Amino acid sequence: MTLLAVSNLGKAYRTYSSEWKRLANWFYVPAKPNHEHWVLRHISFAIEAGEAIGIVGQNGAGKSTLLKMITGTLQPSEGSVQVNGRIAAILELGMGFNPELTGRQNVYHAAGLMGFNNDQINAVIDDVEAFAEIGEYFDESVRTYSSGMQMRVAFAVATAFRPDILIVDEALSVGDSYFQHKSFARIKEFQQQGTTLIIVSHDRGSIQALCDRAILLDGGTVIKDGAPEEVMDFYNAIVADKENATVEVVALENGTTQTRSGSRKATIESVTLYDKTGSPVEFVGVGDEVTLCIKGTAHQDLPELVVGYLIKDRLGQSIFGTNTHHLNCKSSNIAAGKRFTYKFTFAARLGIGSYSVAVALHASETHIVENFEWVDLALVFNVVNVGEQTFVGLNWMPPAVEVDA
Amino acid sequence: MYGMLRGLWEYRSFIVTSIRNEFIARFARSKLGGLWMIIHPLSQVAIYALILSNVLAAKLPGIDNKYAYALYLMAGILAWNLFSEIVSRCLNLFIEQGNIMKKMRFPRIALPVIVVGSCLLNNLLLFVAVLVVFAALGQMPTLEMLWLLPLTVVVTALAVGLGLVLGVVNVFVRDVGQVVPIIMQVWFWFTPIVYSANIIPQHLQGMMNINPMFSIVTAYHDVLVYQVSPKLDEIAITVAIAFALMLLGLFMFRRAAPEMVDSL
Repeated sequence: MTLLAVSNLGKAYRTYSSEWKRLANWFYVPAKPNHEHWVLRHISFAIEAGEAIGIVGQNGAGKSTLLKMITGTLQPSEGSVQVNGRIAAILELGMGFNPELTGRQNVYHAAGLMGFNNDQINAVIDDVEAFAEIGEYFDESVRTYSSGMQMRVAFAVATAFRPDILIVDEALSVGDSYFQHKSFARIKEFQQQGTTLIIVSHDRGSIQALCDRAILLDGGTVIKDGAPEEVMDFYNAIVADKENATVEVVALENGTTQTRSGSRKATIESVTLYDKTGSPVEFVGVGDEVTLCIKGTAHQDLPELVVGYLIKDRLGQSIFGTNTHHLNCKSSNIAAGKRFTYKFTFAARLGIGSYSVAVALHASETHIVENFEWVDLALVFNVVNVGEQTFVGLNWMPPAVEVDA
Repeated sequence: MYGMLRGLWEYRSFIVTSIRNEFIARFARSKLGGLWMIIHPLSQVAIYALILSNVLAAKLPGIDNKYAYALYLMAGILAWNLFSEIVSRCLNLFIEQGNIMKKMRFPRIALPVIVVGSCLLNNLLLFVAVLVVFAALGQMPTLEMLWLLPLTVVVTALAVGLGLVLGVVNVFVRDVGQVVPIIMQVWFWFTPIVYSANIIPQHLQGMMNINPMFSIVTAYHDVLVYQVSPKLDEIAITVAIAFALMLLGLFMFRRAAPEMVDSL
């Protein structure tokens, strides 16, 4: 059964020339709003049990509005949201807390607001206390809490009961790093037990680590719905270029998609990886020295050119990235028509697996300001362990061992 | 309607906890805590009694208690206090709770119910205090006082109905929140609480009858001061107005609820 079905959802904020017209509307007197502002429109998707969905989009893309309609605090203007289960949201933690009441009393209040009765809360109150780990403060008034402690209690109560759908809004950063790990683990645990996660974040890392699907919102509609890596690449591309943006998605032979974006003032012609002997390679031994060669052409006079690359693992997590700005060798005043070649030589101190390289040409420090061209999945290579000792992980850092037995 | 009631039933724990929390919060860091809810109206009574008793006491026929005027004041204030507290709290209720309404999903109707519960609790405390003062002044409790139960229901219905209508409109037209306290002040003085109804000139008596609080306050006077049963025919109209307002309030609340969050 579909856990959450959103069909043709839309939200409009209506303004009337006089508020009295709005009042008249309630009494079935027809009064036309003089302005309708649609913040979301034609949104449709379905989520099955156990899925983990990332919702991404720039500020103002309509993410919060969508979430509010899913949780039910906001009524849709058209379309419908059908939920077959209980939704819990970790947003604005600790908002309803009364500073004069103790942590315990606030837990009863907050859980009551979530719709649980006292018997149900009595059953979990000890778990909440244990999870928050704030010791005796639990029975003191919230006024005396630090904001981190308040967050801990709020997170503990928000996740005291396993929901069918858990909405997490940028809240993976709850409290100190110890508690962050703990809360992250709890979210993971829920997911394993079958809770569907809806995660809103700008952080590529957490989306790709937790989600198996992502939805990109822009200008109030879904513009992409698919694998997190593909969606994040596309998102990255639209963030980079707001003006003369051309975002192009190419389906590659192996079934994945490549996103190319930018103003095309300069373009990338080839990206190749060479081994020490100068022959192109697809398989690289752990720790081998390799050279990444990027060739391109300037199509206009460029006052400044920065070339960067980013190595990503199979899941799209960034492993290493840098650019010629940070390496202090950026080029300036490149004439139109000029061809250029950049070579980056490094030791592939990587774990076994498949890696992709994204390459970008841009002006100044980051690609956000002026992006000439950004190519995701410009190159894919595999790291194999030829002669080194067995190890696990993404990074190769061979230790020297000293045993005193 | 059925959905509203079911929502309330499911959230009964929350409602009870909220009322209790509000009560506890009032005691926090204040020596007298909730007693202030009683001290305020009683001191109001004391002030009026002190200043106006010589002027008005003579005009209270039918009681032979020398503190008659103080008794009269307290009875009226008991009714008015409940009415004005519910109206003024409902007036700003949705604006104050806007943040939580935007973030959490719960039956919205729980909010006014919590207000009513908390106001009734205050009124009960005030009633107990009034009983104590009455006894001290030589007026013992009587069986007639049981009439206060239905009377309280009528005041509550009237206040909630009016409060909901005003509270909902106030979300969209904020001027309402500024105007209503002024109107309440005027209304207070146009209801015979501080003075007795018989000092109103004959030609204005008819106007008093359109004031629904007039018959209620009179009934409170009958029950508490004169120790007789209230005149039901006079209250009947008020009861009708109260329940009509209550239905209007609930209707508007239901119609406005989806748009309310947009405007908060």
